[in-house]
Amino acid sequence: MAAAPDFEVAKLTGEINVPKLREGAMAGVKAYVANEKIQTPLGYPGELVEDWHDRAIGKMGELLKKYRSLQVFMDACVHCGACTDKCHYYLGTSDPKNMPVARQELMRQVYRRHFTFAGKYFPKLVGARDLTRETLDEWYSYYYQCSECRRCSVYCPYGIDTAEITMAGREILDSVGIGQKYSNEILGKLHRIGNNLGLPGPAIEDTLQGLEEDVLEDTGIPVKFPLDVEGAEVLLVTPSADFFSEPHVESLIGYAKVFHAAGISWTLSTKASEAGNFGLFIGSYENMRKGALRIRDAALDLGVKRIVVGECGHAWRVAYSFWNTLIGVGSGADDEFAKKLQAQLDHNYPQPSHICEVTHDLLTRGVIKADKSKNDHRVITFHDSCNVSRASRMGNTPGGQFTIPREVIKMVANNYQDMAPGTTHEATFCCGGGGGLLTDDLMQVRVKGAQPRMEAFKDVVDNKKVNFLALICAICKAQFTKVLPYYGYNMSMVGGVHQLVSTAIELPGLGAGPVEAEAEEAEMAGGE
Amino acid sequence: MSTLSLIYVVLFYAATLLLIFGLAMKIAQYARTPAPLKIPTTPAPMTQSGVALRMAREVVLFESLFKSSKWTWIFGWMFHFGLFLVLVRHLRYFVADIPGWLAAIQPFGKYAAFMMVAGLGGLLARRFLVDRVRYISTPSDYLHLLLLIGIGMSGAMMTFVAHTDIVALKMFILGLMRFAPQPVPADPILLAHLAMVAMLMIVFPISKLLHAPGVFFSPTRNQADNPRERRHLAEWAAQLEK
Repeated sequence: MAAAPDFEVAKLTGEINVPKLREGAMAGVKAYVANEKIQTPLGYPGELVEDWHDRAIGKMGELLKKYRSLQVFMDACVHCGACTDKCHYYLGTSDPKNMPVARQELMRQVYRRHFTFAGKYFPKLVGARDLTRETLDEWYSYYYQCSECRRCSVYCPYGIDTAEITMAGREILDSVGIGQKYSNEILGKLHRIGNNLGLPGPAIEDTLQGLEEDVLEDTGIPVKFPLDVEGAEVLLVTPSADFFSEPHVESLIGYAKVFHAAGISWTLSTKASEAGNFGLFIGSYENMRKGALRIRDAALDLGVKRIVVGECGHAWRVAYSFWNTLIGVGSGADDEFAKKLQAQLDHNYPQPSHICEVTHDLLTRGVIKADKSKNDHRVITFHDSCNVSRASRMGNTPGGQFTIPREVIKMVANNYQDMAPGTTHEATFCCGGGGGLLTDDLMQVRVKGAQPRMEAFKDVVDNKKVNFLALICAICKAQFTKVLPYYGYNMSMVGGVHQLVSTAIELPGLGAGPVEAEAEEAEMAGGE
Repeated sequence: MSTLSLIYVVLFYAATLLLIFGLAMKIAQYARTPAPLKIPTTPAPMTQSGVALRMAREVVLFESLFKSSKWTWIFGWMFHFGLFLVLVRHLRYFVADIPGWLAAIQPFGKYAAFMMVAGLGGLLARRFLVDRVRYISTPSDYLHLLLLIGIGMSGAMMTFVAHTDIVALKMFILGLMRFAPQPVPADPILLAHLAMVAMLMIVFPISKLLHAPGVFFSPTRNQADNPRERRHLAEWAAQLEK
């Protein structure tokens, strides 16, 4: 990363203001394009095909027939403007094409021209446009300046979700040979190796061994990080960033301590070593399904009773909302494909479960205990991840995705402060790096898109003395670690909810004595 | 029958057919198209009855729009609720005997025209005044508003300024319904009003007015949040498991 960015970074005020529009402000910004080696394994052409026009229109027609969302959303918009000030990328860049409706119009103009009576015969009147080479470039630019966070869908009177249109746009682009290097390369690694980082089994094994040694040294307790253990009760599927990245790994340690303290047998899997699934980001049902099938296979191979997902926003969306559809992880199936797996799973627990649901349940029932004072050096705020907030749930009631992580934090720490209303819960602002934008070639988009969240963060840092931004998403963690310094904050302020759990959890076998005192010191030193 | 009457008779039969068949085709298309994945915008209701309630709040109160922009909400709701009352009042021209409740809402239906036009005026002003809304507005967006304002104003004029012969009008409409066409009253304001209404009926199924049936088919609003409890599988997606 360059020391000084080649773009302007706004000075934070602690308030979110709607900017006047500046046309073309982000027009030139484009992610690196994928090459043939990346595209082919995903089933896409390696470069722009000769008959791109007809193929793109054909693909659009196919998607319109396969997805009711796309068909209805293409027709229903009335240009009321309700969404125009809701996207963090518009708020951060002032480029009008980053307003959700304008992003949708990039596709809707072509839809009208090719699929509607009005657009065929009165294109000027209704704003219809032919699909040109320039249109594809514009799509590539602006469909990769959307993090598919669904904030606009909360505010649209018809529930139009720009994410659905962005996904369709990316799928059409991929189908004519224009793919994004970052997302598609990672998706290839998931298919080929089993996780987004491309870590082979031995590397994961090594890392986990190292973690066992570290935790033993820190706490004196032999907390295990089991891998590929047949007959374990729980299969934990977590983003592969948890194995290697900071601060992600601190949460992995937290999950391990929770299972250890609760006495639950659990395992990770080399085959299912990734919770993330970038098939979602590029709108490819087939690729998303293929990515998810690894989890099904691992669950069947290992004979586990429960599947638990670690801290990752879009992964939780795919797991919670789509796994039952894609691979049969869930309940209520009456078809051959899903019945075998569902018969194996223990339906006393939600399938799949989020790690926060597991920890929340164990803390509430008193199965595990925490010493809140160990987090007293922290004043914590919680960032609702977009895919968790607006595309999934935790617990038994709507909105559990908001209360459960907050209650977990409050059960392991004394100092908690929410950010301003309108920036949390269903109205949460994306970190700016979701949806396949977490790449250095889109740094300008990421930094500017993070601005609304950073304004709300500044407000609680200044007025509530907040010094810790708690997250439940691998992308949020990576994004904020990188972006906070642009806004003058130290990246060590970022961490996972289970990092907080890890700090405070009481481990059985840790008797009163010198070991505990040492552990406390180690935690205090390591925590900051 | 005069040429003028003939034109209006043909116009209204054609407009009605286009409206009914056009909408039926679009509704059938929405109903036929599968929603392969569970994508309700959460927090979402977990049951079908909860979904019905959410949809009712959306359609009657414009709940999401209320969250979004109070100005657009108040203007939009004034227009739609005003139009609803006006339409109900107009039922009196379609039935031979006017039931008591229909007679009772007459004054509300009359004055609702002002609410409707005021709301439309507010929406039109937003298109000019808010830079973001101006940027996304197409010529047809302005024309839709002008058409509806024209319908509302011409209607209100006949109620409050220059009364038209409503007995003759009712005979014309009942004649259409009974397939025994009667002459259209040659009042220029009425003729303009009727022509604009026919225009609105014709563009309905080929324009953004499709938001009316569309909202009921919007997966982010009409799906229950129960993916862990129930397996949800589209026909084409099930084929992948074969």
